[in-house]
Amino acid sequence: MADPVILLDNLSKTYLVPERDAGVMAAARSLVQRRHRAIKAVDQVSFRVEPGEVVGFLGPNGAGKTTTLKMLSGLLHPTSGTGRVLAYEPWQRQRDFLKVITLVMGQRNQLNWDIPASDSFELNRVIYRVPPAQYQQTLEELVELLELGPLINKPVRNLSLGERMKCEIAAALLHRPQVLFLDEPTIGLDVTAQRRIREFIREYNRRHNATILLTSHYMADVEALCKRIVVIHHGRILFDGPLAELVKRFSPHKTIAVELEHPIESNQYADFGEVVTQDDGRLMLRVPKADTAKVAGRLLAQLPVSDLTIEDPPIEEVIEQVFAQEVES
Amino acid sequence: MIRAIGEIYAAQLRTSLAVQFQYRMSLAIWMIGRVIQPLVALVVWTTVARARGGDVSGYSEGDFAAYFIIQMIVTQATFSWIMWEYDYIIRSGQFSFRLLRPIHPIHADVADNLAYKVLTLVILIPAAFFLAWLFPPTLHWQWWNIVAGLLATVIAFIMRFTLEWMLAMTALWTNRVSAVNQTYDVILIFFSGYFAPLAVMPQLVQTLANFLPFRWLIAFPIELTLGRLTPTEILIGFGAQLFWLVIVQASLRYVWRAGVKQYSAVGS
Repeated sequence: MADPVILLDNLSKTYLVPERDAGVMAAARSLVQRRHRAIKAVDQVSFRVEPGEVVGFLGPNGAGKTTTLKMLSGLLHPTSGTGRVLAYEPWQRQRDFLKVITLVMGQRNQLNWDIPASDSFELNRVIYRVPPAQYQQTLEELVELLELGPLINKPVRNLSLGERMKCEIAAALLHRPQVLFLDEPTIGLDVTAQRRIREFIREYNRRHNATILLTSHYMADVEALCKRIVVIHHGRILFDGPLAELVKRFSPHKTIAVELEHPIESNQYADFGEVVTQDDGRLMLRVPKADTAKVAGRLLAQLPVSDLTIEDPPIEEVIEQVFAQEVES
Repeated sequence: MIRAIGEIYAAQLRTSLAVQFQYRMSLAIWMIGRVIQPLVALVVWTTVARARGGDVSGYSEGDFAAYFIIQMIVTQATFSWIMWEYDYIIRSGQFSFRLLRPIHPIHADVADNLAYKVLTLVILIPAAFFLAWLFPPTLHWQWWNIVAGLLATVIAFIMRFTLEWMLAMTALWTNRVSAVNQTYDVILIFFSGYFAPLAVMPQLVQTLANFLPFRWLIAFPIELTLGRLTPTEILIGFGAQLFWLVIVQASLRYVWRAGVKQYSAVGS
């Protein structure tokens, strides 16, 4: 097996956060005596990512995703533990390291608002010392894939959010990084723009065999791009494996959707399983995975079924399940 | 390597020029302020000189005129606004993007500053002639005064930019940056020769000024240009500039390293 691109071993990050009670007196007191509270943002996280892998990094707000990405891209020093990206220790911020990675933050922008994106692109070309021929080729490729043609010569402040995000992504990739850290790259975008960016990420990964670590709150992003996911909660890793495995492990249920020929009384289907939704001729039931086949058979035999499908529950629901189980344990 | 840095500066300059060109109006307004300050000083000090029979501590009316016109140019050449900007740069997350680039962030700021200076020359030079027309200066300089004065101004710019960029980094530790900035500005105004030639200031200020870096930033290049210094004073002046340059450059390295570590501990 090739060397991993990303290797984290017991990486931890603790923030010292100043803390005070509400009110004027408390504010005055805090001038003299500062109280700090240690917050473990990332707690002994270990995982590895192989070359060319696209890994989804999931967790609720404040789970430690962004902190981990910031450590991996060299912005933060860890409190303890070790980490490597390619041959580098990220927080040394060596130039050669910075030239082969990129960090895209959906809620922050690097492009200058006052000038067209193409001017910022040109600056990045010089700063990253991209050879002219390669730059031209990369730029053409990005313009084509992200449909940037009409956008790059307008001042950035005149672009819509989706247009700006496409330009941000292009700016972050002009030096053709091998490792991409994408923090909520599709946040706030409409469905079409989300899909375009998703398709682009997939294509970039395919063409350049880039390694990608991606966080997103949109499960559609994750389902479309990531074969493997890492779930983090309260700074700890709860799950690391294929998406399908997550569903199998954390959702002991399947959903059976039934289309009926005509509406029936509720007492006729109540004992088949947990009713999720029902309206007129449509019925959604949640049943234990082991009983799926049996229940489906009974449904077909006993009810006027015109159509029946068996599905895994939506991934959002599974993720919720993961967090819920963690709270219980 | 030098070619690489040169190319980066050229590109950064082009970008900064493009950005600042978007703000022609505010640029002009800023420049009006820059011209009004020496104008006020000139009205005050020429009046004082006249009242004292034409001389204040060796400065005649015409000497004051020459001093403040050159002061305007030296101030314009050496000033920066970086300390006021960094608070925003850090809070808005721009600092993260600067850290991600494979180049020290100070270069972008220097280029930005230079772009502004180039653009404002268009207003500064006519303004200098305008002030000279209103308040005829007494000039007894020779060509080498101007060359030496320019050199001292360049050194002063590098030294002042380094110093202020280093102070800007305090934004990484405290959120009371404006207090630091205000204090710095007041000290600079009094001890640099910006407010008035140091010769007319109280003895205590003159003595203290010798031990602080500020007079070498403004008073020295002005007095050198105006031909007011003896050869010994000139040598001492350049020596002091180089001494402080080494001190601030070394401190910058230290503060920068500590600052990045601090930033990475808080991670705004």
